Amino acid sequence: MLSFVRPDGTTADDLPIEVEVVRDLYARMVEARTYDDKSMAMQRQGRLATYAPFRGQEAAQIGAASALAEGDWVAATYRDAALNWSVGYPWRLLIAGRRGHEIGGRLPDGVNVLPPSITVGGHMIHAVGLAWAEALKGTGRIALTSFGDGATSEGDFHEAMNFAAVYQTPIVFFCQNNGYAISYPVEEQTRSETIAAKADAYGMPGVRVDGNDVVATLLVTARAVERARSGEGPSLIEAVTYRLGPHTTADDPARYRDRDEAEEWEERDPLLRIRLLLERAGLWTSEWQQELEERASSAIEEAVSWAEALPPPTFDEMLERVYARPTEALREQLEAGR
Amino acid sequence: MSQLTLAQALNGALDTALSGDERVLLLGEDVGRAGGVFRITDGLREKYGPDRVYDTPVAESGIAGAAFGMAVAGMRPVAEIQFMGFSYPAYDQIVNHIARIRNRSSHRFTAPLVIRIPYGGGIGAAEHHSESMEAVYVHVPGLKVVVPSTPRDAKGLLLAAINDPDPVVFLEPIRLYRAVKEDVPEGAYEIEIGPVRVERSGTDLTLISWGAMMKETRQAASQLEAVGVSVEVLDVRTLSPLDRSGMAESVSKTGRAVVVHEAPLTGGLAGEIAASIQERCLYDLKAPVSRVTGWDTVFPLKLSEGHYLPSAERIVNAARKVLEE
Repeated sequence: MLSFVRPDGTTADDLPIEVEVVRDLYARMVEARTYDDKSMAMQRQGRLATYAPFRGQEAAQIGAASALAEGDWVAATYRDAALNWSVGYPWRLLIAGRRGHEIGGRLPDGVNVLPPSITVGGHMIHAVGLAWAEALKGTGRIALTSFGDGATSEGDFHEAMNFAAVYQTPIVFFCQNNGYAISYPVEEQTRSETIAAKADAYGMPGVRVDGNDVVATLLVTARAVERARSGEGPSLIEAVTYRLGPHTTADDPARYRDRDEAEEWEERDPLLRIRLLLERAGLWTSEWQQELEERASSAIEEAVSWAEALPPPTFDEMLERVYARPTEALREQLEAGR
Repeated sequence: MSQLTLAQALNGALDTALSGDERVLLLGEDVGRAGGVFRITDGLREKYGPDRVYDTPVAESGIAGAAFGMAVAGMRPVAEIQFMGFSYPAYDQIVNHIARIRNRSSHRFTAPLVIRIPYGGGIGAAEHHSESMEAVYVHVPGLKVVVPSTPRDAKGLLLAAINDPDPVVFLEPIRLYRAVKEDVPEGAYEIEIGPVRVERSGTDLTLISWGAMMKETRQAASQLEAVGVSVEVLDVRTLSPLDRSGMAESVSKTGRAVVVHEAPLTGGLAGEIAASIQERCLYDLKAPVSRVTGWDTVFPLKLSEGHYLPSAERIVNAARKVLEE
């Protein structure tokens, strides 16, 4: 498994990227965690629908997102808010969506991120098609699809991996192996030694990286992105991480995993190790931490206020977004239901 | 104009679309080198090259899902699924993704693609090759479902489907692929998705059908005309969105309707059409709307096809009963 920053913040080698970049990655991880914490709290208060937390997976998501360029496509899941935000999906819309407002799926023009996939695994092949089209158009854009270990059991994983390899589409398959498909441990989901190993069968490289190490994840993803962009085809990345929270606000992980296991992973917290690294370099202070947290907090709160102040979606809008133009039946239903 | 079969007309539509719009591309199992299991894409890979006409691995969900991604990124993919019974692996992609991306993104992303599916029985193929499960597609909000029954309509409707801003499931009646020839215009033309086509005008009775069953419906109409019944025949052509007012207009004139389809009765479209007719023109009806359909069975193997497929005789008998009311 490739790794760079150890859980205690030490590194095996000199930093291969500017320390300012690491500071920025850290700041983004703090902001993402603030969003996650606040979302959990808001769900408990009844202000959000069911929420799928990503606590513990910030490095994987922000590391991967940071390897992409503007215009690249992202097809990710309901747990990938940090990744999606990092490539331009505004907190405002993410929160609006979780509040049950359809406007949450309307990405700003120019942000090439699909609304998060809710069914498991069906979106990976979309990224293959997106990448395929961009290659045909010669735009130089690539696609990244993010999914969990659970999705690798879906038949759609096979079809997406195979199509990507057959047509050499410029795509990165980014798997966050967070240990569980809801309650089902990854060791029981597959007899493959690793998820990365599955890439061999498709004729593409598979890399296993410490997904709690934002530096290593960024470097590995950047290499896969470069490969895709230069026409060398698809890659699979397995970012090994851990979901510190529940699958969603609707389940209790105590039913299916040991408390000790989660505590062990708390020590491998992706934010902690970067804080220690920066501290050692004299670039982290508690004042800066406080400043980051306050800034993140007000960014999220501003987004929440915006989402809560949205006019409720109308009946007409519901019927008018099914087709480019409402059908005769929908026009009649518009009249009847008003 | 040239005299073409429905299969040739579809090939001509794809040829026209590929030559007129570089965003159009074809993908599917055996659509390239082999020209498709029914030869609908014959010669197109040779003419436009392997970067426009793709043979794909045997993976219907993958075909539909890749087409979805291509369409979202600005291409106009036309995917072929070999037979209707093979389309269900793609159903998740069609229902959960293709049909609803416009809704999920409030119009930011759309999937203007076409999925062509040969369908229907009467050619003695094994069960999954013969069924008519159009209702499972019609029930999906966000999809359009189109079925031609003549060569001229086939070309014009397919070109309209390719240019449509929404995803279209384009059902091709296998039994009619090479049944008749008709004058088909050269080059590009579109037939609007939506309106029914009044194939024959009459005053006593409306026969409503689509796809391959138009053949038996026409035969029944001729037999009825021979005994002095004035029959109006509607080819529905677009199953979603249904031209409810077009059908009601005809039935309010004739006062009687028989809806004919090859699909099983229960949950079939004839029920929706009958309901729609009585909602719009109950007081013009002289008899209840009648349905002549396939049975509520799995589509049978070759030797039982005769038991299954609605015949002209069944349609005539239903019409007689309606006329007696």
